[in-house]
Amino acid sequence: MHEMSIAMAVVCQVEEAARAHGAEGVETVTLSVGELAGVVPDALRFSFSLACEGTVLAGAELVTEHVAGRARCESCGGEWATGVPPRLCCTRCGDSRTRLLSGRELGIATVRWAEGPQRARALEEL
Amino acid sequence: MCRVTDLQQAVMARNDDRAEHLRAELAAGGTATVNLLSSPGSGKTALLEAELALARERGVAVAALTADLATENDARRLARSGVPCKQVLTDGLCHLEADMLAGHLAGWLPGDTRLLFVENVGNLVCPASYDLGESLRVVLASVTEGEDKPLKYPTAFGTAQLVLVTKEDIAEAVGFDRDAFLTHVRQVNPGVEVAFTSARAQLGVGVLLERALAVADGAAAHRPVMDRRTAAHGHAHDDGHRHEHAHGHEHGHRDGPEHEHSHGHAHEHGPDQGLSHPHAPAHVRG
Ligand SMILES: Nc1nc2c(ncn2[C@@H]2O[C@H](COP(=O)(O)OP(=O)(O)OP(=O)(O)O)[C@@H](O)[C@H]2O)c(=O)[nH]1
Ligand SMILES: [Mg+2]
Ligand SMILES: [Zn+2]
Repeated sequence: MHEMSIAMAVVCQVEEAARAHGAEGVETVTLSVGELAGVVPDALRFSFSLACEGTVLAGAELVTEHVAGRARCESCGGEWATGVPPRLCCTRCGDSRTRLLSGRELGIATVRWAEGPQRARALEEL
Repeated sequence: MCRVTDLQQAVMARNDDRAEHLRAELAAGGTATVNLLSSPGSGKTALLEAELALARERGVAVAALTADLATENDARRLARSGVPCKQVLTDGLCHLEADMLAGHLAGWLPGDTRLLFVENVGNLVCPASYDLGESLRVVLASVTEGEDKPLKYPTAFGTAQLVLVTKEDIAEAVGFDRDAFLTHVRQVNPGVEVAFTSARAQLGVGVLLERALAVADGAAAHRPVMDRRTAAHGHAHDDGHRHEHAHGHEHGHRDGPEHEHSHGHAHEHGPDQGLSHPHAPAHVRG
């Protein structure tokens, strides 16, 4: 299950960003996941919760944004939704010179940081 | 502190970068890598045994690295061809990553190697997401696996630069529908070559070696529509070159902490004795 390796890579990248931002906790991590990226969002969520344990991401929620697969024909200019499994020959003229416009994305879009305990205490004292 | 950060980082960036470096490093040393992917038991080792023997017969310097969850059986089988072979045990990891491969090659890969064959862990899901720095990605499917395999595993078949059907000797017995298979391959990977082979009947043995040598000599390999690099660049059919650097991951992942992975253990197997003969290829373009 490579979702674990992927989750670990996500955690690693977010940990690094947390250091850069001086963040003490993470509320949500939003991932863009193309429908042709080859990962299963549910498996990824499960692995993510395990990978977060003992890190600054502990308790963070993983939100996945679905990106639909779209392709374009170089020959007739037609565009279509690829679906899964993808139809990558032109659905209009049948040509095989086509190109994928979207659907392979696998990326961290945004991170929502949590207020750390120190900051919460500081706010309370105000 | 800003509560939401727009990170926009590709998750596979680290492996992709490592793979790109490894590809360049190997190419500089005159080595092209072939990454072999299939379900467990499709016949990767059997075909590779025949191809390695053929390479040795023809005086082509090849080496093979095989990754399994457990046992050294595959390396033992491959070593009978008399070429340098190495077994990698992944300790439970379902795929190889570029980093792991680089680690296993260091200090082992003979300097004059023209072609390095990597038999990936038998699995059509996970290995498909990891570029190993190969110059040719080959996906195999045996005739017993069903004609809809390419549709069930579109990431693997969709990123293949060569598809090999194996166990063709029993195609008739199992009622393999060649046309249906080809239609399905074409749906997810228009233009990829499909060749039919049987290690047992010595059919189509040599196709893999020839295609790998062509790529090693600089011929452009097929560029799948699904290839992330093709998709990212958006000019799929310019020069057929696969060696450019993908964009969209230049956001500071380089100086980050390296995430740790077990590299497993590895063992080398010495040569023993050679085996067999070439045969006429049978192939079509999907
Ligand atoms: N009939 C027939 N059987 C084959 C052929 N090639 C391999 N086999 C059989 O298929 C089984 C699996 O072959 P392997 O070469 O070990 O397959 P593999 O893909 O390397 O398997 P893993 O490494 O475990 O994923 C063995 O029992 C082989 O004898 C072939 O060309 N024809
Ligand atoms: Mg094997
Ligand atoms: Zn068209």
